[in-house]
Amino acid sequence: MAKAPASPKRAPRKSPAKKPPAKSAARKSAAPAAPNRERPAEPDRYTASKDELLEYYRQMLLIRRFEEKAGQLYGLGLIGGFCHLYIGQEAVAVGLQSALDNDKDSVITGYRDHGHMLAYGLDPKVIMAELTGRAAGIAQGKGGSMHMFSVEKRFYGGHGIVGAQVPLGSGLAFAHKYRGDGGVCLAYFGDGAANQGQVYEAFNMAELWKLPIIFVIENNQYAMGTSVNRSSAEDQLYRRGESFRIPGLQINGMDVLEVRGAAEVALDWVRSGKGPILLELKTYRYRGHSMSDPAKYRSREEVQSVREKSDPIEAIKKELEAAGVSAEDMKATDKEIKAIVAEAADFAESSPEPHPDELYTDVLVEQY
Amino acid sequence: MSKGEENKGATTQRNMIQAINNAMDVCMERDDNVCVFGEDVGYYGGVFRATAGLQEKYGKTRSFDTPINECGIIGVAVGMAAYGMRPVAEIQFADYIYPGLDQLVSEAARLRYRSAGEFTSPLTIRTPFGGGIFGGQTHSQSPESIFTHVCGVKTVIPSTPYDAKGLLIAAIEDPDPVVFFEPKRIYNGPFDGHYDTPVLPWSKHPASEVPDGHYAIPLGKANVLREGSAVTMLCYGTMVHVTAAAVEELGIDAEVIDLRTLLPLDMETIEASVKKTGRCVIVHEATRTSGFGAELSALVQERCFYHLEAPIERVTGYDTPYPHSLEWAYFPGPVRLRLAIERVMEDVSGNV
Ligand SMILES: Cc1ncc(C[n+]2csc(CCOP(=O)(O)OP(=O)(O)O)c2C)c(N)n1
Ligand SMILES: [Mg+2]
Repeated sequence: MAKAPASPKRAPRKSPAKKPPAKSAARKSAAPAAPNRERPAEPDRYTASKDELLEYYRQMLLIRRFEEKAGQLYGLGLIGGFCHLYIGQEAVAVGLQSALDNDKDSVITGYRDHGHMLAYGLDPKVIMAELTGRAAGIAQGKGGSMHMFSVEKRFYGGHGIVGAQVPLGSGLAFAHKYRGDGGVCLAYFGDGAANQGQVYEAFNMAELWKLPIIFVIENNQYAMGTSVNRSSAEDQLYRRGESFRIPGLQINGMDVLEVRGAAEVALDWVRSGKGPILLELKTYRYRGHSMSDPAKYRSREEVQSVREKSDPIEAIKKELEAAGVSAEDMKATDKEIKAIVAEAADFAESSPEPHPDELYTDVLVEQY
Repeated sequence: MSKGEENKGATTQRNMIQAINNAMDVCMERDDNVCVFGEDVGYYGGVFRATAGLQEKYGKTRSFDTPINECGIIGVAVGMAAYGMRPVAEIQFADYIYPGLDQLVSEAARLRYRSAGEFTSPLTIRTPFGGGIFGGQTHSQSPESIFTHVCGVKTVIPSTPYDAKGLLIAAIEDPDPVVFFEPKRIYNGPFDGHYDTPVLPWSKHPASEVPDGHYAIPLGKANVLREGSAVTMLCYGTMVHVTAAAVEELGIDAEVIDLRTLLPLDMETIEASVKKTGRCVIVHEATRTSGFGAELSALVQERCFYHLEAPIERVTGYDTPYPHSLEWAYFPGPVRLRLAIERVMEDVSGNV
């Protein structure tokens, strides 16, 4: 369901009736909108090997089971405050990040960040321990659910302020280009974040300076309780880069192979020095915005029908089946993953809180 | 409840959210220049439900959702206000106000001055603030002193449902821009700082009897919550209840003053109290350095220097970002209050 950009689906708005210009006036009618610059290729659905399929399945399942467990720990009061689950969106992080070169490329995202961390193969124990605010957490319990980082994986965080990570992404891309290290930045943000003004400052700079960045809108249709069409004048978000000359692609984010296919095209584009590209991944979150959201702004039926029709994990199971993987093998993987997640939860419950002295560390280098 | 306000008629028991909601309802009913808006404010009724029911009652042009655009929200409010409307914008958490700070500081707060009074900006920004809810660094901050430092904007912080309604009405009707900080820790009940015991609901507190009609509590009038002669306790928001509880537990004859508005500040009440008690403790959740306590301390020292029996004490948050874990080690609770009160009560000769 990848679409070529700039194929307006809607009839252009009628402009208010104007008097025809005087005949004698020199006419310069606007040329019909034709692409006057190169466009990225139409992405193909990725053809994955059996091993790749198995790997995507494992990763997506790990994210799902991890998030389910996090939801339980939250319910038990072991995780406090804010906790945003990634359930339903697994194919996005897995499909995109599987295409990256982990020795070069950087990633940055918002507060719904557990899945992106897990898609890197980071140890679920230290992620879960961050959620419970323990010293062994990946940010020593200082960041919590929304603020996680990994130098090793070039993961520049989880950021709690909506939209703030997008200019940071342009900065990371600037640094990649400046250093000439061949790396690309993948900057994720939500459909709601796509309305923040600073996103467009970041777009403009990125195109102006031809920075190696892939802007990724994870369009899960809602920003808290506000649906895209109640907040966005242009709700075809892949077109949001057009006025900055950033090409956009709209992709089915519920199919890991479509996502991976789009990642290939985007990486080709960016790595060949053509500047930024924008991907809109159409996806859906099954749970409330955060753990404290009763999700009254949408119907149960809506959620149920997405789960039934386009669940990314069910979809890859069918692929696996076609590739000759047995249902028993898939179940065995699930069991294995449940054990990993249970172990992570035990670790996160039993490891100690940070020492109170840690309140004062890392504010600045020195303490004042 | 303080004297001198208009007749209030029938009352209804309300928590803080309901009182705030009712204040907007009353203002919208009386003046169709009043509109409320913000992220998830209209259709959903606000993430804390503060605007629940207003869209049903007043329609989508008077109670509406905005995109996630703090800068745009405040900027649009300034324009509406300049044209004579009375916008009431919600910034969902005070921690998100920074993208809109430029509009507030450079536009809202400066319009009157730079147009020599020709144009004004009578807007109200409501925003939940403060900690104690496990919000971590992006959902717990207390940035009030940033706003008192900007000339041209008023800063209001209620501590009870009764005050919240009366102060919010005053803010909406005020001819100048007001930032109205809502202490979210006490939305449902007067948290006393003992995080390990359940909070009493507002229904058990007399200040939950909120008049149904219109009343305004003048900006710039503090509330003397408890009269006393031993020490003056200056506080606002959540810390009013934490302070009052600590004073009761210690059995000390303190005078507890709820400032209610930081700017304008009721210096008269503060000065009279400190001159009477000779001792002063300032309490806030915000970080200490350049916090509002620093200003209060300077003012008390300027006005009451010869009456002071001991150095002024400040009980505040630590100078660190708000932590994710160790929240209760961070929060300026009963222990830190007791220690400060003990220090301030030491007499000049050094005897306790
Ligand atoms: C500057 C700022 N404004 C508001 C918020 C509160 N907030 C947190 S998430 C969110 C919705 C964001 O929606 P979207 O960008 O679609 O991401 P999703 O939650 O769907 O992943 C809002 C309004 C915030 N964290 N930061
Ligand atoms: Mg969204």
